[in-house]
Amino acid sequence: MSRVELADITKSYDKQKDVLNGIDVSIEEGEFFVLVGPSGSGKSTLLRMIAGLEEITGGILKINDKVVNHLPPKDRDLSMVFQNYALYPHLTVEQNILFGLKAKKVDKQEQQRRLKEAAEMLGLSELLKRKPRELSGGQRQRVALGRSVVSHAPLCLMDEPLSNLDAKLRANMRVQIRRLQKRLGLTMIYVTHDQVEAMTMGDRIMVLNDGKIQQVGKPITLYNEPENLFVASFIGSPKMNLGNAVLSDDLTQLIIENQLIINVDPMMVRDLPKDRNLVVGIRAEHLFSGMEKDEHISYLEAVNVEQLGNETSIAFDVGDELWTAKWPGQWNIHYGQMIPVQIMPKYLLFFDGDTGKLLKSAELGKKQEVVAV
Amino acid sequence: MSTVSPIIEKKEDFAAQINRVKKQKRMTGLLKGILFLLPSIILFGVFVFYPLFRTMYLSFFLTDAKGATTVFVGLENYVYMFSDPIFLKSIKNTFLFVIYTVPATVIISLFLAVISNEKLKGIGLFRTIFTSTMGISVAAASVFWLYLFNPTMGLLNQILEVFGAESIGWLTNPKWAMIAIAITTIWMNIGFTFLILLGGLQSIDTSLYESAEIEGSGYFYKLRRITVPMLSPTLFFVITVSIINSFQTFGQIDILTQGGPANETNLIVYSIYREAFVNYQFGSASAQAIVLFILILLMTALQFKLGERRVHYQ
Repeated sequence: MSRVELADITKSYDKQKDVLNGIDVSIEEGEFFVLVGPSGSGKSTLLRMIAGLEEITGGILKINDKVVNHLPPKDRDLSMVFQNYALYPHLTVEQNILFGLKAKKVDKQEQQRRLKEAAEMLGLSELLKRKPRELSGGQRQRVALGRSVVSHAPLCLMDEPLSNLDAKLRANMRVQIRRLQKRLGLTMIYVTHDQVEAMTMGDRIMVLNDGKIQQVGKPITLYNEPENLFVASFIGSPKMNLGNAVLSDDLTQLIIENQLIINVDPMMVRDLPKDRNLVVGIRAEHLFSGMEKDEHISYLEAVNVEQLGNETSIAFDVGDELWTAKWPGQWNIHYGQMIPVQIMPKYLLFFDGDTGKLLKSAELGKKQEVVAV
Repeated sequence: MSTVSPIIEKKEDFAAQINRVKKQKRMTGLLKGILFLLPSIILFGVFVFYPLFRTMYLSFFLTDAKGATTVFVGLENYVYMFSDPIFLKSIKNTFLFVIYTVPATVIISLFLAVISNEKLKGIGLFRTIFTSTMGISVAAASVFWLYLFNPTMGLLNQILEVFGAESIGWLTNPKWAMIAIAITTIWMNIGFTFLILLGGLQSIDTSLYESAEIEGSGYFYKLRRITVPMLSPTLFFVITVSIINSFQTFGQIDILTQGGPANETNLIVYSIYREAFVNYQFGSASAQAIVLFILILLMTALQFKLGERRVHYQ
């Protein structure tokens, strides 16, 4: 197990604009830490800097309280799984897995012992004599994991390891990787652009955008209390419904996108700054069906309906924005139909329209966490 | 006929029609394909296949000085050739020459390619320099080396003198002439070989090296376990082409030694040239050319047979 500390890490190429800026975070022992962000956010670069494949321009990187900025990759005691798996096409699965151990001149018997252990753990025992090109995508992925397992390194880095697999296999591998990490007690740093992977796998998540940390926290915290608009729209699928909003002078009405008028309790919104542009957000599952209800009902035009079987996803036009509602069960709704939707003020999140910062999180969202426990 | 129902008749009609259309499609496809190939078929035909068959034909005849056939002699040209000590020596020389040049060319080029595959500032300059011999014609390079090999004012002998060694008659001493030609050839071939090998090196996925680095492999371990196996298809190509090139060496010999001294540097192609254009024996020259053709064919086939097991195609 390793503890990784990043203090004010920066990266820039040829003294130009910073690719990464002021990265300050510490990753605890045995933690599954996910780096997530859109492409070009610098998450892979950060991972490669931790691995030692990329030079650190500024700041201090510590592994187990030891500064490792200057150490080559092999002295950092870590393993890494690459996006393309980096398997040697001319070697068999067995040779691929043992490649690193041979390089380090590990005892032959110890090599075989670790190989056997890893192969059994990953279900590769039957495939040891095959070449990588004779394997399916999922099997290659497992070989790549095997290489990392036999190294017995306490810190494991993964760079989008599941992005080359199909959806079904990906869901399966998510569980496998997660179990492996818990079983071996590894400290894991996992890079992905897929927020579903981040939410489902991470003990903690760090959201990166434009080389800056947007938020670090538990998946549920990121979902319920996104610190800014970027995190709000990035985490969660479908993304959070957002809209520009204005409060009426007497604080009793909230007007969203010049279209929706919602009655609010003045007590609830009194702490919001009066002179700023507001953006409100609401999760898709909190846009309830307004049928047979009479409180906080707005009528919206359905512009798209997706039947998912267990739930129905309905898209509405709200001003310039497209909002999505997720209703459990199967609903027979037609294109263009006016649908009653219940928008409860207690589910609304308020953001500062200029800085994007969260002003006030939803009052009810937090309670769900308690219910789940 | 009257018992066959009109419906069945129609079905057969359709089947015949479909077959006809299929056939037509296949024909037009074939024609189109040939049309695309036509330019190279014509070029190959005129400059490769016709001369090849013409050479075969000529090798069974005696000719006059203009190259016209006079007497049909069957295989006599071949029989005579293998009893001719000069030709036998040229075959021996050719094999020696291949052994002198090919391994050295490939090893030196591989070394240069590996060191210039590093990411360093100004590496482009070195790559250009190492490739530059590709852009020099055989004639120019030979003349250039002629000066270097000059026994009195040549740079090589001057360097030897500085170190107090005796000067060498590079192109006149039977012991050294072949080596001198080999050095020239190696130098000329490095450019091409280097370029191909560098291209091969650059197509190796960098993540393989990164992964190996993280796992703790040293430089030579990576070179032996990753670079060489991953480069094997390129190496195989380079070796095959180099061997064929060595078999066909002509220009530098014509300019530097004319096959001398005492036929020490007389390679097959030069021997063919002398037979045809100095002795005007087009028949026996053709026979030698056919032997060379068969030799190269066999060598290449042998290489494919042996090499295939060691080459890892991705």
